[in-house]
Amino acid sequence: MVTSNPFSALFGRSPFEPLLAHIVKTSECAERLLPFFDATQAGNWDDAATHREAITELEHEADTLKTELRLNLPNSMFLPVSRSDLLELISVQDKIANKARDITGIMLGRQMQVPESLAPSMRAYLETAIATVGQARKALEELQELLDSGFGRNVGDLMQDFIRELHDLEHQADDQQVHIRRQLFELEAELPPVDVIFLYKIIEWIGELSDRAERVGSRLQILTAR
Amino acid sequence: MSIIAQYGDVFIILACIFGFFMAWGVGANDVANAMGTSVGSKAITIRQAILIAVVFEFLGAWLAGGQVTDTIRKGIIDPSLLSDDPQLLVYGMLASLLAAGVWLFIASMRGWPVSTTHSIVGAIVGFAVAGLGVDSVGWPKVGQIAASWVVSPLLAGSIAFALFKSVQFLIFENRDPFAAAKRYVPGYIFLVGFIVAMVTLVKGLSHVGLKMSFGDSLLIAIGIGLVVMVIGILMENRVDRAKRKRGGSPFDFNSVERVFGVLMMFTACAMAFAHGSNDVANAVGPLAAVISVVESNGDVGGAAALPWWVLVLGGGGIVVGLITYGHKVIATVGTGITELTPSRGFAATLAAAATVVLASGTGLPVSTTQTLVGAVLGVGLARGITALNMRVLGTIVLSWVITLPAGALLSIMFFFMFKGFFG
Repeated sequence: MVTSNPFSALFGRSPFEPLLAHIVKTSECAERLLPFFDATQAGNWDDAATHREAITELEHEADTLKTELRLNLPNSMFLPVSRSDLLELISVQDKIANKARDITGIMLGRQMQVPESLAPSMRAYLETAIATVGQARKALEELQELLDSGFGRNVGDLMQDFIRELHDLEHQADDQQVHIRRQLFELEAELPPVDVIFLYKIIEWIGELSDRAERVGSRLQILTAR
Repeated sequence: MSIIAQYGDVFIILACIFGFFMAWGVGANDVANAMGTSVGSKAITIRQAILIAVVFEFLGAWLAGGQVTDTIRKGIIDPSLLSDDPQLLVYGMLASLLAAGVWLFIASMRGWPVSTTHSIVGAIVGFAVAGLGVDSVGWPKVGQIAASWVVSPLLAGSIAFALFKSVQFLIFENRDPFAAAKRYVPGYIFLVGFIVAMVTLVKGLSHVGLKMSFGDSLLIAIGIGLVVMVIGILMENRVDRAKRKRGGSPFDFNSVERVFGVLMMFTACAMAFAHGSNDVANAVGPLAAVISVVESNGDVGGAAALPWWVLVLGGGGIVVGLITYGHKVIATVGTGITELTPSRGFAATLAAAATVVLASGTGLPVSTTQTLVGAVLGVGLARGITALNMRVLGTIVLSWVITLPAGALLSIMFFFMFKGFFG
């Protein structure tokens, strides 16, 4: 007969669950870039289109989660972390998924293929960027436990380790980016100029994936700092 | 005088029926809130919760329920003003019981977490003002009760805050939280046993016929605390480190929480005990008042001792309410509270239980639900709970505010009804 007891409703739904679900979707989105890249290199455009569709689908789902979180974060909620930090975090996360989708869009639309000699370092670069996103996801999963214990001091140290590794990965991606740019610069004369412009664009965007993943880490640090 | 002599048995039988009805309502509605946090943190199952509630509600009512019963019985209404018309006190108390019982019944059906304490205090003040005049109410005592509605959540909130902070400091921030949990949790278990035993011994047991000096009580309470602690350590030894989900994380959260699960069993018992000691009086107090007026043949000021079976009747009513209906409410409340881990649940429950047994010791009727909500907020402020819905808090407070006039109106209605029946 008792339908809903306000006493149990007093415990609001934690916003950290959708936050975690969102980064899971986002990192899945990024992981799909690798098979997509392989398909484009093989010139298999049907396959590439399928991967692109899957990424778009995941990005949509992440978007829905983001909207849900924003709408379900009313002022009447009493949270242990700052509301604005949370909103900031989800929008940084969301940009990762957007960027992944943009990369596939431009590559598929222009039927881009990275020059043979550039492909191995490009793939390694992409792998690093994806690993950075994966590391951000791990850090967030850790946050879940952090919250459960109400922010212990040494759990904060743990968080720092995650963020340091995140930073190292991003740094590695930066180095790879410099290297690839140099390689491309040497090839420039042999390639159609428009293709070169878009290749630079793709390189930049892959770099943004890891940049934003690192930003997720620094937002997490702000979130847990006080 | 003649009315009481004429209808004495009828009054007592009616009082017993209404008192039982109200105790049933307490068991059906209120107990669920008291046990909800324990079930919600998954430290105990619903079946265990009901078993604990049955045993400890009854013990609490019987061993420590006397003081609050006295407050309800003669603290709110000034008996000396009624010595000419003792039957009015009988009508009023019957009306209050029936009003609070009916209101609790309606609220239970609707799922409102109303306070039994507010229902009965509202009912008694209501009939007294309307039927007997403003002067008949012992306003200082009512003021004291009203103040406790603010003070008890605040106190419970502060205790819960301090408890959770101490857990964070001693256990969660330790290099090896699991080892720290095993080391410090027995201390908390001791605290549970000690507080409950101490208040019961010092304030509660007098009407069962036991009188002890403060020193003796202290020693016995420490002894009981130690015994409870040893039981806790034995139970705790069965908790091993869980296998890690993934490597790398030195923070062994699940194992730590399982140690707290053991502690939660003890706080659940304390909460049931505290609830029984305070809330059973709401049903039993007016019943005791009727009995004492009838037995002393109309002497309102009479210092008749509280018959032992009265508290047993109240405790029994709670148990019946719990078994027939309360288990459903526990199931709904318990499964709804998913945000609560054993460590948080422990801090909230122990703080609420400590506040309620302290209040029972001083004879103040406090709202268990309100105290518990205060305690939960305290844990939330210590950054222990990830999200609290403050709008729902407003709903809860509103349901309490409505309870006062609702109880008062119903009891005024019933009062004049009884007056019409018996003259």
